[in-house]
Amino acid sequence: MLRFLVIRLVWMIPSLFAVSFLAFVLIQLPPGDYVTTYIATLAASNEVVDQNTAADLRNRFGLDQPLLIQYAKWISGILIAGDFGLSFEWQQPVSELIWERMALTLVLTVSTLIATWAIALPIGVYSAVKKYSVGDYIFTFFSFLGLAIPSFLLALVLMYVAAVQLGQEVGGLFSQDYVNAPWSFGKVLDLISHLWIPVIILAVSGTASLIRVMRANMLDELNKPYVTTARAKGLSEFRLLVKYPLRVALNPFISTIAWLLPNLVSGSIIVAIVLSLPTAGPMLLQSLMSQDMYLAGAFVLLICALTLVGALVSDILLALADPRIRLE
Amino acid sequence: MTDTVLEVRNLATQFATRTGLVRAVDGVSFSVQRGKTLCVVGESGSGKSVTARSILQIVDAPGRIVAGEMILHRPDGSTVDLAQLHPRSREIRAVRGREIAMIFQEPMSSLSPVHTVGEQIIEVLRLHLGMDKLAARKRTIELLNHVEIPRAETAIDRYTFEFSGGMRQRVMIAMALACNPSLLIADEPTTALDVTTQAEVLDLIKRLQAEHGMGVMFITHDMGVVAEIADDVLVMYHGKVAEQGPVDAIFHAPQDDYTRMLISSVVKLEQKADIRLARPPAPGAAQPLLEVRNLTMRFGPLTAVDDVSLIVRPGETLGIVGESGSGKTTMGRCLLRVYQPDAGAMAYRRADGSVVDLAEASGDSLKRLRREIRMIFQDPVGSLNPRMTVAQVIGEPLLVNGIAKGRDLDDRVAGLMRQVGLNPDWRERYPHAFSGGQRQRIGIARAISLNPRLIVADEATSALDVSLRAQMLDLMMQLQDELGLSYVFISHDIGVIRYMCDRVAVMYRGRVVETGSTDQVCDAPSHDYTKALLSAIPRPDPRHRRIHTRFRYAG
Repeated sequence: MLRFLVIRLVWMIPSLFAVSFLAFVLIQLPPGDYVTTYIATLAASNEVVDQNTAADLRNRFGLDQPLLIQYAKWISGILIAGDFGLSFEWQQPVSELIWERMALTLVLTVSTLIATWAIALPIGVYSAVKKYSVGDYIFTFFSFLGLAIPSFLLALVLMYVAAVQLGQEVGGLFSQDYVNAPWSFGKVLDLISHLWIPVIILAVSGTASLIRVMRANMLDELNKPYVTTARAKGLSEFRLLVKYPLRVALNPFISTIAWLLPNLVSGSIIVAIVLSLPTAGPMLLQSLMSQDMYLAGAFVLLICALTLVGALVSDILLALADPRIRLE
Repeated sequence: MTDTVLEVRNLATQFATRTGLVRAVDGVSFSVQRGKTLCVVGESGSGKSVTARSILQIVDAPGRIVAGEMILHRPDGSTVDLAQLHPRSREIRAVRGREIAMIFQEPMSSLSPVHTVGEQIIEVLRLHLGMDKLAARKRTIELLNHVEIPRAETAIDRYTFEFSGGMRQRVMIAMALACNPSLLIADEPTTALDVTTQAEVLDLIKRLQAEHGMGVMFITHDMGVVAEIADDVLVMYHGKVAEQGPVDAIFHAPQDDYTRMLISSVVKLEQKADIRLARPPAPGAAQPLLEVRNLTMRFGPLTAVDDVSLIVRPGETLGIVGESGSGKTTMGRCLLRVYQPDAGAMAYRRADGSVVDLAEASGDSLKRLRREIRMIFQDPVGSLNPRMTVAQVIGEPLLVNGIAKGRDLDDRVAGLMRQVGLNPDWRERYPHAFSGGQRQRIGIARAISLNPRLIVADEATSALDVSLRAQMLDLMMQLQDELGLSYVFISHDIGVIRYMCDRVAVMYRGRVVETGSTDQVCDAPSHDYTKALLSAIPRPDPRHRRIHTRFRYAG
């Protein structure tokens, strides 16, 4: 087990290097650079920037140097000083920008996850046990409906209801008063009161697909002979369901952790934009559009790191949950 | 106190399906006596398993008990009609595992893979006897010792996949006996086991039955097992009782046609096939078709095939017999180069007389050789792609080898289907529309489609009912004579080997321990392992029970 861990961790190092380099190259691939985008933005407001100023800017940002040198500077800064560079657009260190957003994203994702599992797992089990019953059909209908409705549409509808019917302030995760305020008890309460709309929206589509998966997993397990054995022992139906088939049916969910973590950054961008949530997704999109390469690079690096860590965590959890799996 | 444990009268269990009502159990009556064994025998689909499950009310949906009585006689003289209890009621749950316990066919899948064996046994003790954790654990170790599981103190914390098939079945038995039930229902408990393991498990059940005085209801399709262990026999056919009575009467004076057919198809496999007896002996001087020398195949530290040498002559059937794990399947797969053997040579003589080493062949020459050496698999369900029609399955080898297509392919497929006794009009159907025996015929048609010279048949009849088995073997022998085929016939069933094979090689732990003509190996075995193997086979004659006095091999 320990050996496995060490090997996996060592392997992560070259993977991260390879991916970070690729990410760096990819971000630079579109024609032009941040200065080009910057000039274009200024030109839109009738300001003209001459060639010298542009060259000056490029020099200052280090954009005139070869790609490899830029990459070397960037990656050594991260490794030596933990310095992710400066965001051109925000004129702030990237690390400062990212962490607050990541924390909020984490809160949102975990709440959504808990809501999703709490709703979906019992319904999935019920649907499987009472296959083709009226209840199953009703849940199936609603879960297909949930799958079919695009989440941004749901976001718009809920915002309308919340704003017009309930008179609540919508959009974002904080009220005006708290947006720039330091963290306090009031700010946390404010966050909670704003959290429910995005959580519902994100949970609806997640729940719908999860119910289907859970139902299918359970149906696979329910007819296994070991369930009959448990029944023949005299266990009550509920106890045997929870102890035997449910236990095995849950295993696939552990693997979902692998892609849950990278989703923190890149998931649900559309909903976040519609609701103007201060999460990581919209910022990643914005940084890519403006070729703010250090900010974008940091995000891509983060996604990769989270992917690798997520895969490792789910592998370990799976081995703990299922004795048939041995990490060798 | 009466001697009857369970009395079943006019039991009827039905399954409402889309195609109509299936009467799986249709008016069955019998009784089980304390300390006696009732064998319920029948082929697949006869309703014997459903009968067993009906008693505990654990029939899978949409099955439902619609009529009948199942009177359980308790030791204190009271009785209860199990048919009247709701399947989810507390009363029936108190009977399950406590008064009537059940063991199942597949000890691997019948135990939970993610719980330790101890946990699964302790659960029963705590549930029915209200033991605390410590006492239940202590009792579980006793039970594991009782069913002769070695090192029970550590075995209790292990998982099912860490045990062999026989050991798993012992765990099941320990679990079933945890609460000293008055009736044990065993649903094909030895079908998935090797003959020597089967003999051990049957011994164990017999011993425990004598100690506890419980009634045993033993469900099986194997008439040999019936003859060995039964006191009374219930023959089922299409959900009805065909015949019932004391074991001696069933075997020696059967009244019913179906019983007679069952017994004769077993007895048939006790000797050589008629068409083999009638055939003139093969000229022994013929050049061998295949000569395997010192074949070795390792999987990591395990040597699955260990220095095996064999000869297959043209037109003959070489039987490979051995128990699971003896390396016989691996050996067969090496012949087709599914596996690359680690050492040894396999000299194959082509039709033009040239000799090729199968172990060395590669690329085009290997592809050509694979046209001449084909395989028939054990599982007729798993070895046919469910999304391909029968015509596609049978025609695929012809198509991928560029031999026939279009109209010509269609004609050839029809011809092949006729050859194996299938109606060519069915060629657009999918495999699920066929019965097990028909599916195996499809597999055979696919194997002979390229006019092979050698067919490796790996347990080709093991998944079939006994009455179909002889039919399938007859078909294979008929094709052998028509097409001049040679077979390497891998089986654990010595009856099948004796019926069909000219020569036999006995494998044990990767090695060939004995080779010889079938008659010689079966009637006068020279190696002790072969003797042990032969003596563990139940003989379909209750007057000559032998497995309890069998010869044991300690190698």
